[in-house]
Amino acid sequence: MPVQVKGEVLDIRRIGAYHVLSLTAPGIADIARPGHFVTLGIGGEESSMVLRRAFAIHQVQSRGVYGGTLDVVIGIKGNGTKWLSERRRHDVVDIVGPLGRPFILPKERVNCVLIGGGYGSAPLFMLAEQLRERGCRVDVVVGASTEEKLFGVLELKRLASTLTITTDDGSLGERGYVTDILPELMKRVDAAVVYACGPMPMLASVAQISTDLRAYSQCAVEEAMACGIGVCMTCVLPVEGEDGVTRMLRSCTEGPVFRGDRVLWSAVGSIPPGTVGAPVEEAR
Amino acid sequence: MTRALISQGPLPGKGPVAYIDMSTQLGELRLESPVLTASGCAAAGRELDQFFDITKIGGIVTKSVMMQPRSGRPTPRMAETPSGMLNSIGLQGPGIDRFIETDLEWLNQRGATTIVSIAGSTVDEYGKLASRLRPTPGVAAIEVNISCPNVENRGLVFACDPSMAANVIQLVRRNSDPRMPIFAKLSPDVTDIVSVAESVVRAGATGVSVINTLLGMVINPDTMRPHLAGITGGLSGPAVRPVAVRCVWQIRQAFPDLPIIGMGGIRTGMDALEFILAGASAVSVGTVIFHDPSSPMRIHEELQRALVERGFSSLADAISYAHRTSDAPTLEDEDDFDFITE
Repeated sequence: MPVQVKGEVLDIRRIGAYHVLSLTAPGIADIARPGHFVTLGIGGEESSMVLRRAFAIHQVQSRGVYGGTLDVVIGIKGNGTKWLSERRRHDVVDIVGPLGRPFILPKERVNCVLIGGGYGSAPLFMLAEQLRERGCRVDVVVGASTEEKLFGVLELKRLASTLTITTDDGSLGERGYVTDILPELMKRVDAAVVYACGPMPMLASVAQISTDLRAYSQCAVEEAMACGIGVCMTCVLPVEGEDGVTRMLRSCTEGPVFRGDRVLWSAVGSIPPGTVGAPVEEAR
Repeated sequence: MTRALISQGPLPGKGPVAYIDMSTQLGELRLESPVLTASGCAAAGRELDQFFDITKIGGIVTKSVMMQPRSGRPTPRMAETPSGMLNSIGLQGPGIDRFIETDLEWLNQRGATTIVSIAGSTVDEYGKLASRLRPTPGVAAIEVNISCPNVENRGLVFACDPSMAANVIQLVRRNSDPRMPIFAKLSPDVTDIVSVAESVVRAGATGVSVINTLLGMVINPDTMRPHLAGITGGLSGPAVRPVAVRCVWQIRQAFPDLPIIGMGGIRTGMDALEFILAGASAVSVGTVIFHDPSSPMRIHEELQRALVERGFSSLADAISYAHRTSDAPTLEDEDDFDFITE
């Protein structure tokens, strides 16, 4: 169950194009699982920015002198993320979490491929650790437009059996998209489960490739959210249920992790015909 | 009338607060707190119950429900704006039957006070919704959303047309229990909100809820197109608060005894106090919930403190207090209080 706490900034450091913010988060860190996210209040109590910003939980430490801390990775996209990047030690940030449905972990020791686009690799660290603890083989692919926008390459190298890097401009690793090398890698390691976090087009490709290669995929989406707790209905996307019926589901509470083969990726941003409650052409 | 005193005890960190009666009356409906959640900002209460005890505030005003399930509009549905936001959700919801079976059932089990918000695309649909709710237990009041800006046809914003607004309220009144409190939710996007209020009151509304969002628009400078998939959206948040306070004030001037639920950009107890002083008997808090999910409880406590600090012994004494005549005695002259009531 999520809680709302005042977190204290323990550390903020720049890594490539990103900022990693470490916060005290009692009651959140100890129950957070890979794929969970938190929302942070922006600009203090009198802020003109009324919406919280959502971040995947990158790392947690559930014990220690601070009674639970967590890290989030921030990419500056606007005034809210800029404000967060300017926090300093001892500043206070309002935190709500852990939120959302986390990644589902396999019961058996199967081979897993983890794919992160840009700072989408942030939630994969905890995931890789927990998969390895279960005896799963973990191969990781990270990609970004350029070297600076990759996140956590060195650490992931330590966590993964193999790490493959792609950049659009070829500044590090192979030139191209993560999805260019994914089919080959999946076949080579006989991947049973694929975990992915990153931009929507990347997730759409990962889901398609996984389905083609008969692997199970778990995709963490990044949709624009207003509340993060399920009350505002902003972050919806079309998802097909077990019953074959498409519904507009909230990424914050029914996601952010979805089965890749359930999301109607090409229809994200629209209401596909046949969706529950979709508008019917009105007779004139 | 007997009034129970709510004992909240001392508020944290700021010294003791005297006991004060925070109850309020909305027609036949008595609430122990004037703080409600604004429709569309609290779903049906369940999510917020994780952050505070929803039975401890005045009540939950549920997201507007229609007869049939509704997918809402495509995304993007939201844009942050200075001290506010635009939304273009388009009334996504489960439809009245499922709402009653699941959401209302849960609220009743939980012991919450529930004000059900209804929305129709035709006058007839409002009537059907009222009929469907009539035998349903656990409906403390009905808020009739005649002002949602996120409909395809702006001509269907009933609250922009006094006679259409009256048609809707008349039918809802006819199809509801005569004692059921019915609140018409009004749009600020009109030339004269008082005339709309007048027509819904004549049609049988117990009171009014003011305000719904203001119609707005944002252009995305990167795509150089409208940011929202629905093109226009409803503006809410602190940015709209002075507009909302003005609407409450104007309606109170015209109707000294009409129950008004005030809303629009309330973020703190002090903001809520403005609405109470302007004439609201209760307040709904909306967009602030997205910023701070615990805010309804906090605002109740802050309002209580603000009232005590100003020497009020009950919430009821503060309602419409800003309308007193300028030569009226100040709060210090408590013995002369009888002079300043109408």
